[in-house]
Amino acid sequence: MSQPPGVVAPGPHVAHEVHHEELGFWRKYVFSTDHKVIGIQYAITGMLFLFFGFSLMMLMRWQLAYPETALPLFAFLGEARMPGGTMLPEFYNELGAMHGTIMVFLGVVPLAVGGFGNFVLPLQIGAPDMAFPKLNMVSYWCLFLGGITMLGSFFVPGGAAQSGWTSYSPVASIAGTGQTWWLIGMIFLITSSLLGAVNFITTTIQIRAKGLTFMRFPFFVWAQFVTAFLLLLAFPPLEAAGVMQLMDRVAGTSFFLPSGLVVSGQVLDVAGGGNPLLWQHLFWFLAHPEVYVLILPAMGIVAEVIANNTRKPLWGYRSMVYSLIFLGFMSFIVWAHHMFMTGMGTAMAAFFQTTTMIISIPSVVILTALIISLWGGSIRFNTPMLFALAFLPMFGIGGLTGLPLAFNIADIPLHDTYYVIAHFHYVVAPGTIFALFAGIYYWYPKATGRKMNETLGKIHCFGSLVCMNIVFMPMFIVGMAGVSRRLFDGGATYDFADPVLQWNVVSSWGAWALGLFQIPFIFNFFWSIRNGEKTVENPWQATTIEWAAPSPPPHGNFVHAPQAYRGPYEYSVPGASKDFVPQYEA
Amino acid sequence: MDIPYTVEVRRDTGLTNGKIGIWLFLASEVMLFGALFASYILIRVGAPSWPRGDTILDVPLATFNTIVLIGSSVTMVMAWASLMRRRFGTFRLYMGSTILLGLVFLVVKYFEYSHHLELGEYPRTNNFLAVYYTLTGLHMLHVFGGMVVNAYFWGPGAKLWKTNPVWFTQRVEHSGLFWHFVDLVWIFLFPTLYLL
Amino acid sequence: MTSDHAAEMTSDHAVDIDKHVRVYITVFVALMVLTIITVAISYLDLTVPLAVTVALLVATIKGSLVACYFMHLIAEKRLIYAVLLLTAAFFVALLALPVITHSNGFWIHE
Repeated sequence: MSQPPGVVAPGPHVAHEVHHEELGFWRKYVFSTDHKVIGIQYAITGMLFLFFGFSLMMLMRWQLAYPETALPLFAFLGEARMPGGTMLPEFYNELGAMHGTIMVFLGVVPLAVGGFGNFVLPLQIGAPDMAFPKLNMVSYWCLFLGGITMLGSFFVPGGAAQSGWTSYSPVASIAGTGQTWWLIGMIFLITSSLLGAVNFITTTIQIRAKGLTFMRFPFFVWAQFVTAFLLLLAFPPLEAAGVMQLMDRVAGTSFFLPSGLVVSGQVLDVAGGGNPLLWQHLFWFLAHPEVYVLILPAMGIVAEVIANNTRKPLWGYRSMVYSLIFLGFMSFIVWAHHMFMTGMGTAMAAFFQTTTMIISIPSVVILTALIISLWGGSIRFNTPMLFALAFLPMFGIGGLTGLPLAFNIADIPLHDTYYVIAHFHYVVAPGTIFALFAGIYYWYPKATGRKMNETLGKIHCFGSLVCMNIVFMPMFIVGMAGVSRRLFDGGATYDFADPVLQWNVVSSWGAWALGLFQIPFIFNFFWSIRNGEKTVENPWQATTIEWAAPSPPPHGNFVHAPQAYRGPYEYSVPGASKDFVPQYEA
Repeated sequence: MDIPYTVEVRRDTGLTNGKIGIWLFLASEVMLFGALFASYILIRVGAPSWPRGDTILDVPLATFNTIVLIGSSVTMVMAWASLMRRRFGTFRLYMGSTILLGLVFLVVKYFEYSHHLELGEYPRTNNFLAVYYTLTGLHMLHVFGGMVVNAYFWGPGAKLWKTNPVWFTQRVEHSGLFWHFVDLVWIFLFPTLYLL
Repeated sequence: MTSDHAAEMTSDHAVDIDKHVRVYITVFVALMVLTIITVAISYLDLTVPLAVTVALLVATIKGSLVACYFMHLIAEKRLIYAVLLLTAAFFVALLALPVITHSNGFWIHE
């Protein structure tokens, strides 16, 4: 009885019932509460940061290929960073820490969750908007402030954070001002994700169309739904840790500072008694679920594109959904596999090793189901499908190479080497990012009413696929030779690295070529807004509800309130007049 | 535009959007304070020695504060109950009391902190104090945040009672849930920091 | 719509509310008593493990009263219970696993 008696509402209200004063430019395009505008804001912001983060890496790759060789043009960055064009180790660390931070928190998550989630999810469930439109707007501006803070940190004395995206104490506790800005930036970004998660979960449960039961959801919706829970429950411990590291830095506490720590030959004047491992536990409690935040929306996108372009239902939809839920749950109890080298006893190592091996199962189920979904399909090789197809083996390599890392014993020689870098980049770069490209090409017509150019798309796809492998495949070799990550010269000071150093050059040229292959995409993206082939509502002949809305959808999304009459992937139904029966057609 | 189930419940879940939203937010807050408690446990267990709370902190004062906060939880739920009984004036009284009691809590904490700082007991002095200041400080921020929201519903936000009393009642209920949660955290913080 | 709801609010639920208000007062008194008890026990100088157990037990009872009656959790919907159960599971993992991982002599054979 905590609720005043309610009347059950008849259903989502529709565009034509909406009437309000015409909003000015700022309320319509900048401070909008419309999920589509917010989604596009997130997507553009995410893409800009992806390119910026990638540029940081392209600069790092010069140092890795040609250690301590001057790059003349870049002397403009100044004496503190690149005196005479030669990179200082401190600057290399700055680039490394910010590359990771930006790619994960300002690039992939805003695009995959903020961008695709916000734009597509309400449309796919037949909703007029998110449950809390104003909160949605606040979420975006928190992200924006976080981004400004992170960018601003490059300009403080000492530069941006240099302690890795993982910000381990004690290094991070005693580092320069940039680290404080990093922490403040993270608090904005975490808040943005928390508020967004509340919105996504509530919207998915409450605002779905009539007839859209949970097992009729497109897989993309399930993926975003589980992702939202990961964000909601895993981020707060990192926020707590961030506050404590701020206290260490600003108030002189010793949460993460052990007693007797010596810095530059002097014992640190702090109370001590803190535990650096505490930071690691709290950080990885978030950061492990975070990697599933990075991959789940991607799997969702790939599932949609594959079903649509094979003209077949997804194989094993139920198994995929249960796997998703199981994966989400397990992701909270595997985190210390990032800490095998911290001296934990065999019992706890066995625990985390076991949970990590178990969590590989749902991943494999989902990937296998996606692959089997291709069997017997009438495959259309358009650009979204090419990226989705490329995702499958790339994610496969990424996932399989994670298995040795899951075992305590096998992790010992591989921990913090280039092997790890290769493993996780395979999953995120030709994995997630390819899926995001697939999603951009796929939903661009819905957002703009025009298609992107197919030829440019294919160049973008093939070029990127080849280059990604040139960049990351050699890193397995370099890592297995024992070269650690985060070495500012790529291992050149170590004799044992000599046989593999040439691979650093290969990776670098691959990275620069990869950069060049993004140019057709960037051009295509902007050019097609005005010049792309105009499309109708449903250019891909897809079955899910977002395709019932006009392209682009108006405020309120649908002309008539949609209803779901069947499952999400009724393609090639025997006896039907077309090779697809949309979910929303009576 | 009208988002469905803002005020009416959805039949299959039996809930409004706001009710789900606030509980989800509270779930995230459980994880936030959980991490802080986990940190406290790890640091304390790893410490060679740890002072008993009452040797450094003022237990009678904190007991008073505990009573104040619990009292404010009662006035908060009574504020909501008044709205359910359509007694707006009584709502104003109880909500005002809630805000006032919150203010008392903050003032007492101000005196507590000042006293410690005068004695040279800073967060950097030792880990007990670091934990104390950080946990109670973050809790205080939540008390303050809750008070701001409550003040909005007591003041400018109360216009909504005239145009949509049901929604106003629900929003006060949601605000109350946050306030009770802040009280709940203190119910655990108080013995953990002051009595053990 | 709003006036209908307002009318329904008064007629059907005024009685319910009175019952609830009685519960609130009872819970308030219980919370006061438990507060006094927990402070009193702290003066007993128990061993640390016992003191911790008792203090947390009392706190859990107090917290449960606030949650069940002030926050109406006792009459909430299944969805809310499900979310909170999930949260509780992860809360326990967060509290237990780090400290177990680093306890010498417990589960670790050094």
